[in-house]
Amino acid sequence: MLRLDDVSKTYHVGSFGRGRLAAVREVSFELKAGEVLSLIGESGSGKSTIGRMVLRLLQPTGGSITYDDADIGKLRGGALKEYYRHVQGVFQDPFSSYNPIFKADRIFGLVHAGFFPGISRKEWDQRVRASLESVALNPDDVLHKYPHQLSGGQLQRLLVARALLLDIRYLVADEIISMLDASTRIDVLNLLADLKARGLGILFVTHDLSLGNYISDRTIILRHGCIVEMGATEKVFGDPRHPYTQDLLASVPLLHTRWEQDGSRRVAEPRPDPRLEAPRLVPVEDDHFVATG
Amino acid sequence: MALRVEHLRVYYRTLAGDVKALDDVSFDVADGEIMGLAGESGCGKSTLGKSLIRLDGRMRYVGGHVLLDGEELPVWDDEAMDRFRFREVSIVPQYAMSALNPIRKVGPMIRDLLRARGVHPNGIQRELERRLELVGLQPDVLGLYPIELSGGMKQRVVLVLSTLLDPSLLIADEITSALDVSTQKAVAQTLVEFRDRGFVKSLIVVTHDLAVLAQIADTILVMYAGKLAEKATAEEIISTPRHPYTRMLISSLPEVGVRYEEKELRGIPGRPPSLLEPPGGCRFRDRCPLATARCAQEPPWVEQDGRGVACWEAETTTTQAALLAETR
Amino acid sequence: MSSVPTAPLASPSDPTQVEAVPVAQPMSGFQETLHFALRNKKLVFGLSMTTALLLFALFGPLFARHGPLVYGGDLGLAPTRAGGYWFGTTLQGQDVYAQFVTGLRLAFIVGALGGGIAAIIGMVIGFTAGYRAGWVDECLNMLTNVVLVIPTFALLLVIAAYLQVRGIVTEAVFIGITSWPWAARALRAQTFSLVSRDFVDMARLSGRSSRHIIFKEIAPNMSSYLFMMFILLFGGAILIAATLDFIGLGPSNTISLGQMMQLSVQNAALQLHLWWWFLPPGLGIMAIVGSLYVMNVGLDEVFNPKLREM
Repeated sequence: MLRLDDVSKTYHVGSFGRGRLAAVREVSFELKAGEVLSLIGESGSGKSTIGRMVLRLLQPTGGSITYDDADIGKLRGGALKEYYRHVQGVFQDPFSSYNPIFKADRIFGLVHAGFFPGISRKEWDQRVRASLESVALNPDDVLHKYPHQLSGGQLQRLLVARALLLDIRYLVADEIISMLDASTRIDVLNLLADLKARGLGILFVTHDLSLGNYISDRTIILRHGCIVEMGATEKVFGDPRHPYTQDLLASVPLLHTRWEQDGSRRVAEPRPDPRLEAPRLVPVEDDHFVATG
Repeated sequence: MALRVEHLRVYYRTLAGDVKALDDVSFDVADGEIMGLAGESGCGKSTLGKSLIRLDGRMRYVGGHVLLDGEELPVWDDEAMDRFRFREVSIVPQYAMSALNPIRKVGPMIRDLLRARGVHPNGIQRELERRLELVGLQPDVLGLYPIELSGGMKQRVVLVLSTLLDPSLLIADEITSALDVSTQKAVAQTLVEFRDRGFVKSLIVVTHDLAVLAQIADTILVMYAGKLAEKATAEEIISTPRHPYTRMLISSLPEVGVRYEEKELRGIPGRPPSLLEPPGGCRFRDRCPLATARCAQEPPWVEQDGRGVACWEAETTTTQAALLAETR
Repeated sequence: MSSVPTAPLASPSDPTQVEAVPVAQPMSGFQETLHFALRNKKLVFGLSMTTALLLFALFGPLFARHGPLVYGGDLGLAPTRAGGYWFGTTLQGQDVYAQFVTGLRLAFIVGALGGGIAAIIGMVIGFTAGYRAGWVDECLNMLTNVVLVIPTFALLLVIAAYLQVRGIVTEAVFIGITSWPWAARALRAQTFSLVSRDFVDMARLSGRSSRHIIFKEIAPNMSSYLFMMFILLFGGAILIAATLDFIGLGPSNTISLGQMMQLSVQNAALQLHLWWWFLPPGLGIMAIVGSLYVMNVGLDEVFNPKLREM
């Protein structure tokens, strides 16, 4: 099980680094296998930072992230590699995730060299083909091509196929479909739902509420680095208690309903909260927590 | 009739040949109308928007006419269009808010722009401040650097700037894409307000986000692979789309309230055709579930009562929908 | 020397941007580069000049009839075909042609060696500082700044006082270890921008070591930039060597182009109208460095798609 306990990330800003910017404040949650947990927030909410900390690309400045009760912050070398066998990530920009001067299938070669050096070339190729087919890609369409010859959707699926070659238990999907076209988005999203059904735990980071609602079992709403509402998706979306959540839901453009014509217009984006602590979360019903203050 | 586009063709020159980004497009935009231009990447919507003001040096005008308020726009001539830019036709290009000069304050930058356009800044200062207040910005935003403004504020500054001279036509290219959902709503509503107050006569909103268009657009034009697929009022496009592409596109959009377990949405398999050597016949043929042998011949654009569609099978689906409506 | 080239980093193509110029590329990246390379006048001109000079430096000494330091001929002889003194003689009766081709060879050697050493040091420091950031970056920055402000002239005088004989290798090494700071700075900046790209994170998630990431992921992306940087260091090393030689701090056991100029000035060649003594070395230095820089400008246009005219 992947657990975050009071995780914080504070940066030094300003002249001579005297100021403090809290990107993430005392965030705690659990990610279980076979479950999709959405981290929903606008820009500056800290959702991507949390994703990167779970992937050990950043170190938290407070609190701890534990995987099966081992603090991942203390992993080094071989132990870190073991962690990456179980936890992998896919990022937002499919074209930036590939080294543009090499062919796209080089990413499989990297995994082969890094994690399965003992396996023969032939056996590895078979595994790669099987993995590609499991993400609904035709191997002959995508192998031996450069990234710019493939579409965004294909590239994202290749990244998922790469992650599946390892025996992963958790996947961090950081805005993975925001740069895809609407018609391909839903296919990648369905793929994630499929993987969840097979037992994978997915941390789905997004700013798009409709996507979060479509696919996740549990939802966390983030604002300025701390959790404002958390719980089962139907409860958070169906009965939002925090004013920020209500505000967000009211602003989402829907296809069949018009925005309410409210005379007020939120014109000045509220200033980030300068406090470094997070407001407390209180339960309002079973599996539904709301921040106070 | 504010804008009339007839058989416009615009290609891009590349080493490998001409990319037929915009291939024979015709439509009208009435005074006071907000028209949404929807489609996915590579469909030509951004090209169409930019070709109306001719702002991209790689474009090659091939044919067609553009008439604004009865006068023909010289969209083939970069220099001749200069007279119309900013005054009659204005554009908010994609990524505009990231293109503000980072080392100049907003106020001096606007003054420079106005002077470059032959407008005396002092005469328009009052109006500028009034409009800034209208969109919810304090006039002292003119004394700030772009980096001190948030994304939503920058986008609104750009909107005010591009409509300062009350153009007849404003082209807004993906102005809500990079914004958070709450600022998106504010900016989209600002667009409508500009139209309501008469700052612009007609608006073309280019975006891939159909949901935003459903909120603010009067009509929606759906494009695919450089050609028009369908045109209708916003309600009609959303509730009774006729072109198979539009139908599949709408049914692939997740909405708040729809979950995977309840209703699994489907995408559109395949990819749009390469526009270097586009296939003959209907360009959506390879991905269309209703494709027949007739689709090897390009379907004509049939327009009736303000609704237009380019599909051989549109009649059958319309008749089916009509039958269904009757039997209810 | 600070004509830092604009790096043609392959930028991630944003799908909403692809809309603007739809992708259509039948030619491979290499073929396309070659296509533009052969059409670029500056590159072709610079490359041919440099190659011509290189050939001259390689094979010229084979034609010299006399050794460069041999006092054989008439004093101050104008260029003549008699005796093979095609470039005439110096005031001490040495063959100017022999000196010239020797000097040309030395110029290439000092360029390659000095530029090469500076490139290697610059790469090591630049990559490490850019990749690691944090306090490692701070320390290396401090080191770079210190080396940057060391007065190389004074340092060389001190070294010269201690060494009995200074060869071309010593001079090249000295130039190499004092001219790398700007290269390190430039590479550090480029590395910073590449490190933030997602494919570096992907390599980390694949368990690759930092060394692999720097040399196998980041450096190949900058290959064109590194190539052009080396050319600049090469040319720069030749210029520095010529300056040092001119003020008398050159190699003590041979003759270089800069030293030829120094000797000609010392012996009042200008006043005595012995133009064949100082004109060839001056033009030679100008030709090598100039053609290298022109080649570099051409390469910049070839590698950077944005600078090409369509």
